Amino acid sequence: MTTSQTNPLGPGYEGVAGSEMRFRDIFRDTLRAEMNRDDDVFLMGEDISGGFDKDTKEPLDAWGGPFAATKGLVQEFGVERIRDAPISEAGFVGAAVGSALTGMRPVVDLMYFDFVTVAFDQLLSNAAKSRYMFGGQTKVPLTLFARSGAGTGHAAQHSESFYSMLAHIPGLKVVVPSDPYSVKGLLAAAIRDDDPVFLVNDKKLINLTGFVPDEDYVIELGKGRYMRRGADVTLVGMSYTSVVCQKAAEQLAEIGIDAEVIDMMSLSPFDEDILIESVAKTNNVVIVDEDTPRASMASEFAAVIADKAFDHLDAPVKRVTSPHSPVPYNSALEQEFMPQPADVVGTVKNLLGRE
Amino acid sequence: MDISKEKLEWIYTTMYRIRRFEETMLEQTLKGNSMGVAHTSDGQEAPPTGICAHLTDKDWIGSTHRGHGHCISKGLETDKMMAEVFGKATGQCGGKGGSMHISDFSKGMLGANGIVGASIPLAVGAALTAKLKGIENESVGVSFFGDGASSQGVLHEAMNLASVWKLPVIFACENNGYAEATPSWYAVSAEDIASRAEGYGMPGVVVDGMDVFAVYDAAGEAIARARAGEGPTFIEMKTYRYHGHFHADDTSKYRKPEEEEYYKNLDAIKHFERTVLKQKLMTEKKLKSIRDDIEKEMLHAVEFALSSPMPDISTLYDDVYVNYSNPIAGLR
Ligand SMILES: Cc1ncc(C[n+]2csc(CCOP(=O)(O)OP(=O)(O)O)c2C)c(N)n1
Ligand SMILES: [Mg+2]
Repeated sequence: MTTSQTNPLGPGYEGVAGSEMRFRDIFRDTLRAEMNRDDDVFLMGEDISGGFDKDTKEPLDAWGGPFAATKGLVQEFGVERIRDAPISEAGFVGAAVGSALTGMRPVVDLMYFDFVTVAFDQLLSNAAKSRYMFGGQTKVPLTLFARSGAGTGHAAQHSESFYSMLAHIPGLKVVVPSDPYSVKGLLAAAIRDDDPVFLVNDKKLINLTGFVPDEDYVIELGKGRYMRRGADVTLVGMSYTSVVCQKAAEQLAEIGIDAEVIDMMSLSPFDEDILIESVAKTNNVVIVDEDTPRASMASEFAAVIADKAFDHLDAPVKRVTSPHSPVPYNSALEQEFMPQPADVVGTVKNLLGRE
Repeated sequence: MDISKEKLEWIYTTMYRIRRFEETMLEQTLKGNSMGVAHTSDGQEAPPTGICAHLTDKDWIGSTHRGHGHCISKGLETDKMMAEVFGKATGQCGGKGGSMHISDFSKGMLGANGIVGASIPLAVGAALTAKLKGIENESVGVSFFGDGASSQGVLHEAMNLASVWKLPVIFACENNGYAEATPSWYAVSAEDIASRAEGYGMPGVVVDGMDVFAVYDAAGEAIARARAGEGPTFIEMKTYRYHGHFHADDTSKYRKPEEEEYYKNLDAIKHFERTVLKQKLMTEKKLKSIRDDIEKEMLHAVEFALSSPMPDISTLYDDVYVNYSNPIAGLR
């Protein structure tokens, strides 16, 4: 156990007890804690038991679940609560919705974010709408998670970041952790929340480490946070682009530009206040998003800023996004596809008229 | 045996080419020469070979994430396949698709597919085209998919469609016993996946997927039925993948060595060699010369892929649409 000297939680968190952890480890620990906290919480997903011994029928946990996110849990909680599902996303997401409607709190591992489309009908037409169309009689305390993002050579069908499609859906909540601290607080909040919540987890974060307080905490859904304070320009990140923004801010600091970095953490609901507050101070804003640009979160944040902070702006709102294209396989093309710190730095320099 | 000498040579060449392509590709991937994720199909040579032996470039196949064997059986060139895995401009998709998306529309290959089950209805659609154009006799659709994919709703919808519309389709299920680490005895509720065919009003047959002659015979019958306008058939082939689910997977965590041994004893290539030598259909000399040619071909494929150029960065923005009036390049 260590105590934080400086940590991303900012002023007030110095001296808090905690430790440096990998994103994937705190993810699993949080799942475990939530399952211990509430017997109605259970997990389902493909390969979550990692195979079974033919003779004993015991789970083997060969993979530790997809991305090793659930390693050890099947031994701890058994195959009823760590429920291995056949490759039937529409079926088991629908079953999770049905189970949530009838008193359980299912958590679904959808493996790659791209596979959400196989189950989209259940998510959109059932999970998100049941409470509303049934006149508030019921609720859907369902949590789903999956891995997004390019940069790992998985090509077009395993690299999506289209969380904007989910944020578009009334009735569904969407959160995007960007470090070990935020995944602990957001995953716990998602599981305890009574609405369906989708947690999108960029693959590039899985092995990153960061400071995590020991104490039990939740991060309120719909709140962003400051990762860095600055006076000249606001960089808005979400998921892995919050890391990109921090790298860009460091590079900008070297050339005398003082950037503020906001990590949105939640995409629906999202924190309008933090956007407006920061832009009112810096008067310049660049939004960085790995999702494709049309009808994206970047566009949504830009619209809110244009609407509610227009008078504070010294320059147009800028977005740094992926191109309007699928994700290519070749790694050089893939790097070109993803927003890089250099793209952010270039955009800021243009914005502030610096060369 | 009622297979021509040329066909036998083609079958051996194709199976050996698949085997050596996968082994070579895996070796290159572990060396770091591939740009991403790759799934091998060595061990599973008989199903695509025995089926595609009956097809021409006018027939269509849909493939999976484990698609190299399907590609090779449909006549794709190993140079361009290897170059695609290496992410090169000379690759089958210009380096933009990779191992999981190799395709060749000039050869009737609808593409490897990364979404489990997603290619199944594509082959049904190709068969629909054939029916609409009145060319069922020369253009059938074959859907390759695994035991894991058989749990996807889309297979069941596609089977019913193909039956209702009486389309020239072969549902070619490669049951290798596993979906990732999950055994099919756990995830599939039927002893034989082919038994599901009955409920959709089509014949379902189970064949030994380590025996290319058995696959060849079953496929011959099914494809003849399809070409004659008699509708779809389901063929389940029990087979085995020798390597991990993907290049970095360690099978010892979920498969027993005895089981792996058992299937290696049934090896499709060895079985073919024993059979043709015993029946004096091919000579050891001929078999060896085929193998030697393939070894040379593999050296060439690696050389070609290594020495090929990277795609130009501007190709990132090509082919999102045929025609689109806004800039694609994003907002930087
Ligand atoms: C819709 C979807 N769900 C899950 C996956 C992840 N996945 C890739 S391959 C695979 C197993 C497929 O098993 P099977 O169909 O038996 O084919 P095999 O790998 O054995 O050739 C899984 C679960 C995927 N690619 N697409
Ligand atoms: Mg399988």
